[in-house]
Amino acid sequence: MSGSAGGAPSRSAGDPAPRSATGASGAASYHGQQILKSPVWSWEIPTYFFVGGVAGASATLAYAAELRGSEQLGRRAWLTASGAIMVCPGLLISDLGRPARFVNMLRMFKVTSPMSVGSWILSVSGATTALAGVHALTGRLAPGAAVARPIAAVSGLALSTYTAALLADTAVPAWHEARQTLPFVFGAGAAASAAGAVTALTPVRSAAPARRLAIGAAGAELLATQLMESRLGMHAETFHRGRARTLRWTSRACLSAGATLLARAGARSRPA
Amino acid sequence: MKLAVEQWPASYGSEAKSRRGFFTDTSVCIGCKACEVACKEWNHVPAAPHGFTGKSYDNSLALGADRWRHVAFIEQRVAADVQDGGSLVQSAARAQAIDGGVATYQEGDGVRWLMSSDVCKHCTDAACLEVCPTGSLFRTEFGTVVVQEDICNGCGYCVSACPFGVIDRREDDGRAWKCTLCYDRLKDDQTPACAQACPTQSIQYGELDELRERAQRRVQKLRDAGQDKARLYLSDDSDGVGGAGAFFLLLDEPEVYGLPPDPVDTTRSLDSIWRSTAAGALALGLGIAAAVLGGRR
Amino acid sequence: MGSNMAEQHPVGFQWVVEAKERGAKVIHVDPRFTRTSAMADRHVPIRPGSDIAFLGGIINYIFEHDAWFKEYVQSYTNAPVLIREDFVDSEDNDGFFSGWDPDSRAYDIETWGYDETSTETAAGKREQQGDVSGEQAHGAHGMKLERGEPPHVDETMQHERCVLQITRRHFARYTPQLVAALCGCSEEEFLSVARALCENSGRERTSALVYAVGWTQHTVGVQNIRAGSIIQMLLGNMGRPGGGILALRGHANIQGSTDIPTLYNILPGYIPMPHPAAEGSLDRFIELNSPQTGAWGNLRNYAVSLLKAWWGDAATEENDYCFNHLPRINGDHSHYAMMLKMLDGGVQGMFCAGQNPTVGSANSKLMRLALAKLDWLVVRDLQMVETATFWKDSPEHESGETRAEDIQTEVFFLPAAAHTEKEGCFTNTQRVLQWREKACDPPGEARSELHWIYHLGRLVREKLAGSEDPKNRPILELTWDYPVEGRLQEPEAEAVLREIGGHGADGNPLPSYDDLKPDGSTRCGSWIHAGIYADGVNQAARRKPGSEQNWIAAEWGWAWPKNVRILYNRASADPQGKPWSERKRYVWWDEPEGKWTSSGDAPDFPVTKAPDYRPEKDAKALDAIRGDKAFIITPDGRSWMFAPTGLVDGPLPSHFEPHESHVHNPLHDQQRNPTRQQFSRPENLYDPAGPGQQVFPYALSTYRLTEHHTAGGMSRTLPYLAELQPEFFVEVSPALARERGLEHGDWATIITARAAVEARVMVTERVKPLRIQGRELHLVGAPYHWGGTGLATGDSANELLPIVLDNNVHINEYKVATCDIRPGRRPRGPARLELVDGYRARAGVKP
Ligand SMILES: Nc1nc2c(c(=O)[nH]1)N[C@H]1C(S)=C(S)[C@@H](COP(=O)(O)OP(=O)(O)OC[C@H]3O[C@@H](n4cnc5c(=O)[nH]c(N)nc54)[C@H](O)[C@@H]3O)O[C@H]1N2
Ligand SMILES: Nc1nc2c(c(=O)[nH]1)N[C@H]1C(S)=C(S)[C@@H](COP(=O)(O)OP(=O)(O)OC[C@H]3O[C@@H](n4cnc5c(=O)[nH]c(N)nc54)[C@H](O)[C@@H]3O)O[C@H]1N2
Ligand code: SF4
Ligand code: SF4
Ligand code: SF4
Ligand code: SF4
Ligand code: SF4
Ligand SMILES: [Mo]
Repeated sequence: MSGSAGGAPSRSAGDPAPRSATGASGAASYHGQQILKSPVWSWEIPTYFFVGGVAGASATLAYAAELRGSEQLGRRAWLTASGAIMVCPGLLISDLGRPARFVNMLRMFKVTSPMSVGSWILSVSGATTALAGVHALTGRLAPGAAVARPIAAVSGLALSTYTAALLADTAVPAWHEARQTLPFVFGAGAAASAAGAVTALTPVRSAAPARRLAIGAAGAELLATQLMESRLGMHAETFHRGRARTLRWTSRACLSAGATLLARAGARSRPA
Repeated sequence: MKLAVEQWPASYGSEAKSRRGFFTDTSVCIGCKACEVACKEWNHVPAAPHGFTGKSYDNSLALGADRWRHVAFIEQRVAADVQDGGSLVQSAARAQAIDGGVATYQEGDGVRWLMSSDVCKHCTDAACLEVCPTGSLFRTEFGTVVVQEDICNGCGYCVSACPFGVIDRREDDGRAWKCTLCYDRLKDDQTPACAQACPTQSIQYGELDELRERAQRRVQKLRDAGQDKARLYLSDDSDGVGGAGAFFLLLDEPEVYGLPPDPVDTTRSLDSIWRSTAAGALALGLGIAAAVLGGRR
Repeated sequence: MGSNMAEQHPVGFQWVVEAKERGAKVIHVDPRFTRTSAMADRHVPIRPGSDIAFLGGIINYIFEHDAWFKEYVQSYTNAPVLIREDFVDSEDNDGFFSGWDPDSRAYDIETWGYDETSTETAAGKREQQGDVSGEQAHGAHGMKLERGEPPHVDETMQHERCVLQITRRHFARYTPQLVAALCGCSEEEFLSVARALCENSGRERTSALVYAVGWTQHTVGVQNIRAGSIIQMLLGNMGRPGGGILALRGHANIQGSTDIPTLYNILPGYIPMPHPAAEGSLDRFIELNSPQTGAWGNLRNYAVSLLKAWWGDAATEENDYCFNHLPRINGDHSHYAMMLKMLDGGVQGMFCAGQNPTVGSANSKLMRLALAKLDWLVVRDLQMVETATFWKDSPEHESGETRAEDIQTEVFFLPAAAHTEKEGCFTNTQRVLQWREKACDPPGEARSELHWIYHLGRLVREKLAGSEDPKNRPILELTWDYPVEGRLQEPEAEAVLREIGGHGADGNPLPSYDDLKPDGSTRCGSWIHAGIYADGVNQAARRKPGSEQNWIAAEWGWAWPKNVRILYNRASADPQGKPWSERKRYVWWDEPEGKWTSSGDAPDFPVTKAPDYRPEKDAKALDAIRGDKAFIITPDGRSWMFAPTGLVDGPLPSHFEPHESHVHNPLHDQQRNPTRQQFSRPENLYDPAGPGQQVFPYALSTYRLTEHHTAGGMSRTLPYLAELQPEFFVEVSPALARERGLEHGDWATIITARAAVEARVMVTERVKPLRIQGRELHLVGAPYHWGGTGLATGDSANELLPIVLDNNVHINEYKVATCDIRPGRRPRGPARLELVDGYRARAGVKP
């Protein structure tokens, strides 16, 4: 997030406060105020990024598992995916200033607006994943599901990464400048959490691939994040301030913890 | 990978009008705030009191959903400093800060007080408009950027996209609001309320091309008169937002006025954004494939 | 100087900005660096109350550098006129001019007269005796002069008793050093201003002085302006384009309400209100108030036409045109005198229409206590202002001094129509009347002033109808027959304007005041406005765009008198009638045509009077003004550098310290204006002050902000304005903030001998400590707009100020008082009083 409103209250009507709006130290500023408006999005959006990621990656994972013939893993993954995707619209709508006007999201298709593109991705991926989910649960709607599954798998990839484009396509420096790496961070994140979830929901026996994915993805995310921050340079500063900082640390901690945990579990479950 | 959507003015065909905008000449702004009030009166923008801020005479702080014109007040010491002894006037005189007609704009006696009326820039490349998923933000026949209140669903994307921190979401009402460049008045060949109210013609409304010529002459006059820091801001098509419909004559760095030094329309990087996103998706796919298909049972 | 034009007259200031674009240099002399200073080429800070020192310094500079405009001064001012031998200048008499009477604390102005004349007819003198003072002399009626000629004139201006020499001597001690010591500016700063003024005056160039209440709101208010006018006379800047003294007026129509006065002691067109000394006869009134020569020589024409306008057919030659229907004034009934009388229980009821004295007038507490003594109070206002709610929300209730239930005053609130809800006209600073259409009907019960006054009068007349009691005749015989229109029975405003513009026996509108007759055949509600309805057209309603006429824009609205845009503009030509310079050509004598012509303005001079015209013996009125004299309002057609009459505190300005001042007046033992009106009483205590006094060590000055209007009824009540300046704040220098530990943005308490108030602190470089006589003097600047009601509320600065007045016009010294300031909010309840009492005790304040 962009630097939150400027330093200490100024000493006289004249002096500008120490730090400039954009966070660049020393530079002049208007009474220490920030220039950009802080994003108005509340908790729903980050949550959506996470859940959407889980849904998308799970769908792909599920499809891959089926291709590989791991029935059980596939079914659990589909269930995870469809379960997660059900939550997404709710999160998005409740964050709108005018929830009743959610449908306006589909008024047009604008490539210049990742949010517009994303709305379409979510619709497609939502419908197909749901369909696949129903089939996985009940075994019904086989023909439909057959068509839906590959689509769900592909759109799943888009679903778990477009959100990076959404953040990158803003004036917020920490996001915009990270546009090269952010999709990888999100992708890896999605994979890690999806795989994690699926692993948890799948009997250890059939969970091996998910486990592998989880561990690999976790590593990948840590790497990607590192890379992103080093590339961001001074803009990364904001990740190390206030709330952003705590969030960042907890997430990294969980990630590493989860990964090691899984690694151990995996090791133990290996048949002699 | 941008889709070829028809751009203004072509999009309007014969309906298109010459591009209108503002030249805000801060060197003659007297900080009367008539523009701020006129805007609220005409557009029924709600009051948004902050109490006493102590930020010079500025108690309305910044542009936002409930403030479409904002007058900034900056108290400064001029370069002509008092260190090397003598009265403020002596030192100001040493720096030719007095007795030079326009040269001494707002540099009376070593203290200077800049005033400037800010507004939505109606960017040529308007990020707010381009990221708006609903199409609520649109470009009018006058080349201005306007929110359609009956379409906006308050997604808040424009808020984070605007490089100037202009547009914002109104708490109670949930929609995004900003200057409309008095679209209703323009349609009736009326001058925007703020420009109409401005006593000193610090806010000049008109056809953009004509305004730019005027501004060039003005800044030259000030420079010739020794105002070497005088500059035009956003009057150049080659800047990060492709120039703006509302541009400014400033007497100091943009930052001093709370304006970004080199604003950029984020959607200019759209290609790279989508490309890396696609790459990310691909990598994700491969990763999953690798994890699942590769390896033992 | 003494005005903050960019903030208080922003719309008018656009022309200053334009002039600046064309190369004009703008200098702002003001204690604070304001939004005007920000636009000026130079800002010179001076101590509040030191203007006469500064201006006197310039006068001295002009003499020292021989920079005065000889031909102009010689024929257009009274500089060559010899003054009586028995005149003694204040410079030679410790600050007192001759004629001072310590017992009545007033001057007998006899000795200030021209050599071998008597001021017997001059208003000034009797005003003193009747304690009526200043405005009565507004017309500067002046003395009787044969053929409008002062008896003794020395064209060489060398004679030691001629005005020029007296003036030169009077200001000889106003050196740059004295200016710096008294004003707190540097000598260079002062000199740069003096130099700029002189360099920019003369045949080719003119300079204008622009002032407002920074000059007037002092116990030497009128003399501040006199000092400015002396400069303009010496430099030849009067009656010429780009010159003059611009009095920036107050409320949008305050000029109009002076011309057709809401003042107690003048009649429309600055005709004095009859005085008991006028002994009941029109002839005596005219004799006492008309100097016979100059424009006032026709006073009878003006007065009779006014009486005819008011009493119509009832006014006949036999009954002196109802002259005795006019009230008489035998004393000072100005605002503060009235409020003080009210405090003593001497006033029964009050109509308060368009005024908010509990916030707008000095010593708010005294105002409230006075109102509480009324039986009834009618407040007509747009908003429920503090004056209408004082009975329930006086701060004195909170501090336990009074209780709402004890206040017996019955308060009536009548909602008033705003200017957009009624037609009428505004008169601006340039005397231009501009007609306003009505935009919409007033809401609910709200009615216009005209509606209220007219119907009030109508009802009173109905009640009195048939009464034989002679005291009711003035009311019953009034011409009170204005047509009413519409649902609200609104009187037709143009009908009133027609009455003001006047008409002749044939009922046709008059072209100008020259056509007014003394025989009752003409009627005119205000002689200076005669002609505003010329040709049956509402001249004030003319709106020919500036783009369609030349820069004088004579066809936009109408200016009194005779649509003259620059008064005394005959002075824009030399005595022979030729323009002083091509560049400044404005009005000149067209020899072949045998008349005065101009660049577009109406010549303020008899059009066919040749420059070489000389009055006959016993010529009267305008015929007594020579062809080479421009100031037709005075009996000698000269502009008065030295004022023999019209002022109560001296024919020339002298620097006196404000009533509450820390500074020693080095010029004379008499420290302060001896004629100032003081009201020392428990409710109006003064700080004995004096040099080095430490209890109230700082100078307090009050003023305005663009964002609010005066007592706030029209701004603190409106959300869009209230949010722009939401809270009462004081401006202090970083140095003072350090000295007193004040935090920017925090609260401070300001204490004077009257009260303690709290305000937010604005620490700013725009306020500087001034070095006065080697000592640092700190200024506490306070906008005075706040009060207890409305959206933006706060303590009122007027709680702090005492009532102390300039006796010429009874204006209060709002611009200077002594105070202390300390961090933190003021105490609540009784503790607030205790704080003030503590200070009083330490400062030795006593009634
Ligand atoms: N926005 C707005 N406009 C207004 C008004 C309003 O309330 N708000 N009020 C109207 C009315 S009623 C009036 S009378 C006019 C008044 O118009 P102004 O006279 O301009 O108003 P003020 O701010 O009271 O005083 C002007 C300046 O005098 C300075 N000053 C104080 N003491 C001295 C002194 O001793 N010498 C000198 N040289 N300067 C001094 C103050 O610092 C202040 O900047 O404004 C009219 N216009
Ligand atoms: N400390 C300090 N005190 C000052 C001054 C200062 O500089 N310093 N300045 C002095 C000066 S110059 C002035 S003029 C006074 C002003 O002081 P006031 O005249 O007492 O205060 P205002 O707020 O101007 O009062 C005008 C009222 O008229 C109402 N009003 C507006 N239009 C109409 C109408 O058409 N009809 C009726 N009936 N009411 C209407 C408004 O709502 C407002 O309440 O303050 C004086 N007091
Ligand atoms: S300034 Fe911001 S809100 Fe205005 S057009 Fe540009 S991007 Fe949009
Ligand atoms: S908040 Fe409204 S205007 Fe802004 S992007 Fe969303 S829909 Fe468009
Ligand atoms: S153009 Fe209209 S909407 Fe925009 S700031 Fe001016 S008055 Fe407000
Ligand atoms: S109206 Fe004009 S002069 Fe007044 S603050 Fe706005 S821009 Fe400045
Ligand atoms: S309020 Fe009226 S009088 Fe005052 S500046 Fe504005 S237009 Fe002029
Ligand atoms: Mo006033």
